[in-house]
Amino acid sequence: MVCTGERVTNSNTAAIAVKANHIYKAFGRRPQEIVKMLKAGKSRAEISSLGVAAVIDASFEVKKGEIFVVMGLSGSGKSTLIRMLNGLWDATSGTVTVGDTDITDVSAADLREVRRKSVSMVFQHFALLPHRTVIDNVAYGLEIQGMGKEERLAKAQTVIDLVGLAGWADNMPSELSGGMQQRVGLGRALAADTDVLLMDEAFSALDPLIRREMQEQLIELQAALSKTIIFITHDLNEAMFLGDRIAVMRDGRIVQIGTPEEILTDPANDYVAQFVQDVDRARVLTAASVMEPVRAVVTTTGGPRAALRIMRDFQTSVAFVLHRDGSFVGVVRDRDVLGLVKAGETDLLKIILGDAVSVRPDTPLVDLVEPSVESALSIAVVDDKRRLLGVIPRVTLLAAIGNVSTQTGSLPVIEPRSTISMSDIADTLRDTALEGSEL
Amino acid sequence: MNDFRLPLGTGAEAFVDWVVNTFGLVFDIIKAIFQAAFDGVDFVLVAPPFWVIMIVLGILALGVRGWKFAVGTLVGLVLILGVDQWETAMDTLALVVVASVLAIAISVPLGIFAARSALASRLIRPVLDFMQTMPAFVYLIPALLLFGIGVVPGIVATIIFAMAPGVRLTELGIRSVDKEVVEAGQAFGASPMRILRQIQLPLATPTIMAGVNQVIMLSLSMVVISGMVGAPGLGQQIILSLSRIDVGLGFEAGLSVVIIAIFLDRMTASLGDTQSTGMFGSIRLVLRSGKKQDAARDEAKVPAPAEPARV
Repeated sequence: MVCTGERVTNSNTAAIAVKANHIYKAFGRRPQEIVKMLKAGKSRAEISSLGVAAVIDASFEVKKGEIFVVMGLSGSGKSTLIRMLNGLWDATSGTVTVGDTDITDVSAADLREVRRKSVSMVFQHFALLPHRTVIDNVAYGLEIQGMGKEERLAKAQTVIDLVGLAGWADNMPSELSGGMQQRVGLGRALAADTDVLLMDEAFSALDPLIRREMQEQLIELQAALSKTIIFITHDLNEAMFLGDRIAVMRDGRIVQIGTPEEILTDPANDYVAQFVQDVDRARVLTAASVMEPVRAVVTTTGGPRAALRIMRDFQTSVAFVLHRDGSFVGVVRDRDVLGLVKAGETDLLKIILGDAVSVRPDTPLVDLVEPSVESALSIAVVDDKRRLLGVIPRVTLLAAIGNVSTQTGSLPVIEPRSTISMSDIADTLRDTALEGSEL
Repeated sequence: MNDFRLPLGTGAEAFVDWVVNTFGLVFDIIKAIFQAAFDGVDFVLVAPPFWVIMIVLGILALGVRGWKFAVGTLVGLVLILGVDQWETAMDTLALVVVASVLAIAISVPLGIFAARSALASRLIRPVLDFMQTMPAFVYLIPALLLFGIGVVPGIVATIIFAMAPGVRLTELGIRSVDKEVVEAGQAFGASPMRILRQIQLPLATPTIMAGVNQVIMLSLSMVVISGMVGAPGLGQQIILSLSRIDVGLGFEAGLSVVIIAIFLDRMTASLGDTQSTGMFGSIRLVLRSGKKQDAARDEAKVPAPAEPARV
């Protein structure tokens, strides 16, 4: 198992919004005793006669402005975990810090204050007050904060517009569809204007289309509001889509914390690996995570003879052309280079192929499929300054989406093999050697 | 072996004696209060001419359930008047009102307490079982000793007999409020009192009102029995007819009880029902939809953004 404490401590650069420090939650007659046994190394099964260990030794830090997803199947303890982050459940052992407050060590009144000012929550089954109108539901948090009626209704109205419920303010929740009810739930949490938002399976009760829509809207809202969101889900695709980082839980323990790509490409154990095998890899993996090192690189100043030589050495049919400052220009094909050399020309730019595609490193693979279909050439991955970081041949793309290794054959089939014979290249190079040396 | 007997009865007798001797003053005060409450309500119901009461009850029936029920109520009341049981019926009504108001005032808070504390719930439940299953007549004996003959022992026995469903259904109603909604209240920092007032009680209202309805119906059945200890009203008429074997009087008084029972049951049953068909409910609905139309009109003036604001 991955030691979760260590994995996150290198994230000190950003401010920490929520911190869980070795928290345990046990249910039973003597929870403290259960925790003591767990700390002594007993397993969850061994203490089952005494009670249930819902959360075992969970530690993590959530940075400000981050969407931190806790993912696990039902019974993995994720709902208990999130309820310890706002004190709905007391941690049996360990501490939870929200902002600067250790909420495991405050009075009930202070805890209520933390909930009013710092942490709000969205519930799986919406948990709206059925006897209040939409706007009164949205204003509920503000009402408890003690805001005057007019002020809170005005504020609630702006939030209602923000979550896309304009015109529904005076309806009762029962008159709304599930998706709209959850917008009310989200609006209620947003209106409270807390830094931290806890979302407990917030979209799980919605049907798939609405769920997708809500996920996208959450991302949009998050881009505008930059809350710290802790999102609980059992849906891996949802976790991968929303999460800046994901904590995978199993049997009460956090087994891995990492970015979606880290979880996918470097699963901490077989459980996580098995879990992620069904995920839509094309949406999670990015160009940067699958790209291959570039081999045949030539510069515009190097000339066609150098290009031909490099392509011969690598036995490849294409070379990537860079400017002198390292920025990516395009691709040349061996046949064209050969022609250029035979014709005694020196300007590689003349034969640059126009259909070479370049993408950013954070492009998801799903967006690479179309260019890959349209052009046989490898896709170039370039950074902001158009520096060539790597290339993605078709085979690599297919292998990444299908989760198979590109290293299976005797030869790595990475780029189209040379289309002209070795001897042809050698002859041409020899024939033109004199002219070339004059350059 | 035949001579041996558990002295439970003697013990109970001794206990009641002790209570009477020790707390006599307290019971005198309680008696005075209850008597005054009954006299007050009874005066309001009996003093005005019968048609005033009929009109008031008819309007109440119209407001709560609609015109059909109002007509039914008036027919029933005329029937009671016709068999010359008007005053005794009003006495009974007053007794029911006083006893059930007191029973509700005790049982609802007890139910709330039981819902909030598992220990309280465990302690209260067997007491309720005892109170509900002990034959109703038995309460009359100590009540007689404590309060003497009259209306007060009837009220006290009625309260004890009738309050159990009030406690039970209040507890049930509050406990069965959606946990997530209560959690939502907690998660936004509401205090326990506020959660009780704004979430638990409103959502438990239908169940609590079912309890109130039960309390009132049990009160009515007990009020008849309390005629045995001298409480005035239809109960006394029924006991009189029993002792005289007067079938006619028994039927008339019994029918009057049935009419009052139906009236009270239908009235209180629709109190917990928010989608009430009565005039009060209609007025409520009209008021709400009017507000909505106002809001819609306001919105029409200000062109609402077609899409959620995207920043």
